[in-house]
Amino acid sequence: MGQTIIEKIIAHNIGADEVKPGQIVTVQVDRVMVDDIMMPFIVGKFEEMGFERVWDPDKVVMIYDHLVPASQQDDTRHYKVGDAFASKYGLTHVHRSDGICHQLMTEAGYVRPGDVVFGTDSHTTTYGCVGAFSTGIGYTEMAAILGTGTLWVKVPETIKVEINGKLPAGVMSKDVILRIIGDLRADGATYCSLEFTGDTIREMSVASRMTMANMAIEAGAKCAMFTPDEKTAAYCEIELNDFQKSLVGDADAGYIRTLSYQAENFVPVMACPSQVDQIRDVSELEGTAIDQVFIGSCTNGRLEDLRAAADVLRGKKVAPFVKLIVTPASRKVYREALQEGILETLAEAGAIITHAGCGLCCGRTGGILSDYETVVATNNRNFLGRMGTSKVQIYLASPATAAACAAAGKITAACG
Amino acid sequence: MGMTIAEKIIARAAGVETVRPGDIHTVTLDRMMSNDGTTHLTVDMYYNKLKHPRIADAKKMVFIVDHNVPSDSPKTAASQKKMRDFAKENGIDFWEGKGVCHQIMMEHYVCPGELIFAADSHTCTYGALGAFGTGVGCTDLLYAMVTGTSWVLVPETIKFNLTGKLSEGVYPRDLMLTIIGTIGANGANYQVMEFCGDGAKTLNVDERMVLCNLAVEAGAKTAIFEADEIALEYLRARGREPKAVFKSDADAHYVKEYTFDLSKIRPVVAKPDFVDALAPVDEVEGRRIDEAFLGSCNNGRIEDLRVGAAIVKGRRISDHVRFLVVPASQEIYLQAAREGLIDIFIESGAIVMNPNCSVCWGSCQGVIGENEVLISTGTRNFKGRAGHPSSKVYLASAATVAASAVKGKICTADQL
Amino acid sequence: MERFTGNVWVLGDDIDTDIIIPTEYLALKTIEDMKQYGFSPLRPELASQIHEGDIIVAGKNFGCGSSREQAPEVVKALGIRCVIAKSFARIFFRNSINNGLLLIEQPDLYDDIHEGDEITVTVNEAVEYHGKKYPIHSLPDNLVEIINEGGLVKAMRRRNGLA
Repeated sequence: MGQTIIEKIIAHNIGADEVKPGQIVTVQVDRVMVDDIMMPFIVGKFEEMGFERVWDPDKVVMIYDHLVPASQQDDTRHYKVGDAFASKYGLTHVHRSDGICHQLMTEAGYVRPGDVVFGTDSHTTTYGCVGAFSTGIGYTEMAAILGTGTLWVKVPETIKVEINGKLPAGVMSKDVILRIIGDLRADGATYCSLEFTGDTIREMSVASRMTMANMAIEAGAKCAMFTPDEKTAAYCEIELNDFQKSLVGDADAGYIRTLSYQAENFVPVMACPSQVDQIRDVSELEGTAIDQVFIGSCTNGRLEDLRAAADVLRGKKVAPFVKLIVTPASRKVYREALQEGILETLAEAGAIITHAGCGLCCGRTGGILSDYETVVATNNRNFLGRMGTSKVQIYLASPATAAACAAAGKITAACG
Repeated sequence: MGMTIAEKIIARAAGVETVRPGDIHTVTLDRMMSNDGTTHLTVDMYYNKLKHPRIADAKKMVFIVDHNVPSDSPKTAASQKKMRDFAKENGIDFWEGKGVCHQIMMEHYVCPGELIFAADSHTCTYGALGAFGTGVGCTDLLYAMVTGTSWVLVPETIKFNLTGKLSEGVYPRDLMLTIIGTIGANGANYQVMEFCGDGAKTLNVDERMVLCNLAVEAGAKTAIFEADEIALEYLRARGREPKAVFKSDADAHYVKEYTFDLSKIRPVVAKPDFVDALAPVDEVEGRRIDEAFLGSCNNGRIEDLRVGAAIVKGRRISDHVRFLVVPASQEIYLQAAREGLIDIFIESGAIVMNPNCSVCWGSCQGVIGENEVLISTGTRNFKGRAGHPSSKVYLASAATVAASAVKGKICTADQL
Repeated sequence: MERFTGNVWVLGDDIDTDIIIPTEYLALKTIEDMKQYGFSPLRPELASQIHEGDIIVAGKNFGCGSSREQAPEVVKALGIRCVIAKSFARIFFRNSINNGLLLIEQPDLYDDIHEGDEITVTVNEAVEYHGKKYPIHSLPDNLVEIINEGGLVKAMRRRNGLA
């Protein structure tokens, strides 16, 4: 019988011909990502476990993003603990203000197709966009990996999502993944690999795939999988080797479920307060008053996202008394958007353009709201209290929709 | 006997022929500004303490959200919402995220000859355009808002005769820190610092703002320059007309006179924890820093960004330094983006933040932690001003701050 | 077989990690500092009402969202003896095992239970409520091993030759 992509990666990693869903195996870790917010806990557990060295310093990437710059005095402790750990154990991949961890992991070339990667953040599923097996873990397991370079995993079952056809204008990959999460529900892919395929997916940029892989966790998925192709190779600046080229779900692989979509049927949607799977068409929500719009995050803070927003806002102004906050996902994205004139267009429209980082998405700064305020945001979660008090209403949308809402001062679709 | 510029402005606002230091006059205000530091308190008093609340003239009011932008807590968000709702309801000009209040006031409102009260101590900045601006508490602001008037005890005036020209690599910031260090933190207590002389003519409006803005750090009620052709040109470029152009009379009374030869000024710092703790940069050279800040209503203007960018161009910010670059307004940000300055900062590793007060006021993103050291172009270096009570702040020019950010230690630009 | 009785707090479906411990408090120094904010977006009083040995019963997908391990640590620090839910999100599940917080998947109990009632749990066997027995499955061997070691930290200490 054939294999799914995740099965091929795990089998290759452990040197087996094949693995079966449910099987518990120990994988050799190719790369790990640790972020600032978990730093003191990781270091504490690592030392408590009694390790004397990091298994392979070159495979460890430390990224400060949630707490940059510090919004509370004690936040700086996280940098200090991280810096001291890096210097003690000889870690050299340290990013102190370059942007969001998940953006940097692929953008800076730390993740390659077929790799097995773990990170101390649930959106580590993002690297599936280049065909890597990546998933989020807690700080205790991270500490154990730092010492041993290994982790046990249960081989997940795979759900296939097949999309064919051409997406309508104004529909972005965000609308696609939101719709899929709405169909699967928040626990519909629990402990599964979500494998995306079809010609719509092949047409998508790596950045668009990243948005979808990033949000796979919102359906409970263990990981997301995209077949590496020539776009992936160009993005990663590599030639795909035979193993990487083999990362295609076999026709006779054992999928537990297949969802099929026709791209032409997708429309702009939003996840309504306060669950990611409460999906409604934007047209049904038309006219809802808003106070703020946030464009950014590891879900939708990339160049193509900012470009889509700028295209909507060019020559327009953000509605009076409405705030538009734009937070590029990385230093590189910021710079490219600057050079392309995108940031200028957005700033002229009245956007508040912040430094690159997690910003509002992680709920510590970057535009926190108060009771009865409504925000349209391009990030990945609208949980109760995520961006302020539990009375804040959070709608998740694509960058194009978010930009249109900012100009209108109410919920509206980008086109039509 | 003649009058000084400040006395003439008060006389005009009081509707009298002459005023003398020590007189108390009721004055009609030309403009009132309040920011998110305290507006919520004013609004609370407006609703809860007044029997028949009304606003004398909403057209004279400006509300500016600049201290915590974007908001970093539900509490801040609630304060800002209160302010936003009040502005909306009462037809008050409202700015949010467009820059530091004093910079916005200078770009859009302040005119020579005006008397302006604002609920912020650095309101003395407006003297750069020949206006009398002074900071008041929120109760005074409430009274002014409701009645359109207030009272003023006519201050004495000190004359600062500036001669010569600043040398290459020395900035108005070094000049003003030197002046404050010379006369002391209470050297102009409840007095007006009037800047005049040939040296004053060598300074443009942005540079004059640096001097006036810091006057409160010498205890001054305000600071003022004569609205000369340089000031009127600044005004014309922004499509505004002066209210009145006043000159000090030849026989005006000055309580004291100082002369500063600009050509003798050298790069200096104000050492922790006092603005008048003056020292040549050499004296503190080599002090390790954790953070550097280029911004604020004192020193976040285009010329400051040009100076900073010229120094970091082609260089890397030290690994252990967080270099925050915060344009004082959106207008400045856009100008800097068009000139390629933002690109230079981003490439160097600096963190470019949206226009706001930032770490200058120490209660928003950029705060420093325990025992950390900041070198700053901000307004104050009081104990704990930028974060943890054990932290230290050195005030210096944009050039010294940028050079120190590169080196990781305090140094002047020529030492790179 | 381990057996205990406790009072029940009932929470709904999809109780996410931001509800269990909001990001705002994640950078506090210790779990003890954080625990007072446990469940605050949903039920601000809950953290102060929970007693040592209480049990949480919830619907599907408990612990969904972030990988923050502070979530199970806070639940444990509040004194919760175990969480019984229709299903658990996977990162939360692993994090709980690694910290020795007992999680039990049980599909039917949630539909019958009332807050404040008492239940009795026999580990790897059943939950008893109002005289009715709700069967529970046992955990896979490798997880039992970690739990028997006393959590992942202790397992690693043993591996590294420490007590």
